[in-house]
Amino acid sequence: MLGVLVLVLAAGAARAEVIHIKIDKLAFAPAEITAHVGDTIEWANADFLAHTATARNGTFDVMIAAHGKASTVVKAAGTVDYYCKFHPNMVGKVVVVGK
Amino acid sequence: MFIRIAGALAAMVIATGAASAQGGAKPTDPQIAHIAYTAGQIDIDAAKQALAKSKNKEVRAFAQDMQRDHTAVNKKALALVKKLKVTPEDNDTSKALVKQAKEKRAELAKLSGAAFDKAYMDNEVAYHKTVNGALEKTLIPSASNAELKELLQTGLKIFQGHEQHAEQVAAKLK
Repeated sequence: MLGVLVLVLAAGAARAEVIHIKIDKLAFAPAEITAHVGDTIEWANADFLAHTATARNGTFDVMIAAHGKASTVVKAAGTVDYYCKFHPNMVGKVVVVGK
Repeated sequence: MFIRIAGALAAMVIATGAASAQGGAKPTDPQIAHIAYTAGQIDIDAAKQALAKSKNKEVRAFAQDMQRDHTAVNKKALALVKKLKVTPEDNDTSKALVKQAKEKRAELAKLSGAAFDKAYMDNEVAYHKTVNGALEKTLIPSASNAELKELLQTGLKIFQGHEQHAEQVAAKLK
């Protein structure tokens, strides 16, 4: 039973990727990424200020502390524009494609 | 209309003040550091007033953002001037900013409810516009130390974000 669970988890982990986005001097880099359903997007904030990654379509709203990291798992295919609620001049895009 | 005049006046104060801070020459790094720090402190004080007076959820959230960001920037600025062994120097621009902010605070103190919220947010838009204009046209080009210039440039991006954020909150109040 445990063996099956480990197998399932291992298989899942092998498919799903972690995509890294850096935040530096009020910019998401890269500004546009492509992800697959089930992937994790992780933002690493190099700024001395808190930021958010807030999807315009409401699918995610992540707070990233100063010098902190935060992540979200993308669940549905589609193009998602996102921005920082505190600094709306910071914008990014996630293109999510199906498996 | 009044807000526009106040904004234009502030722009004039910063432009002429910054220029005359050194008898017509461009402001020095110690003066620039003082102006930038003062401008941040003014917005922190404005946020404190908003948090004491406003009951509007979005206005309060905005004020908290301003308090947090400007405190972080000023902390960074203090650490930098300490590292560079620069002593911020008071000047006519800083004095004019403080005087104008004091008048604005007194004016806002007389308002309450939706009238206060609108006046505070409109002033936040105008104030960030003015400070960003001064950063772009006077303070950044005049800064001679590379690290100070870089912090001012990051500051400009932060405050441009605040200006857009303020515009969004202000638009929702109408």
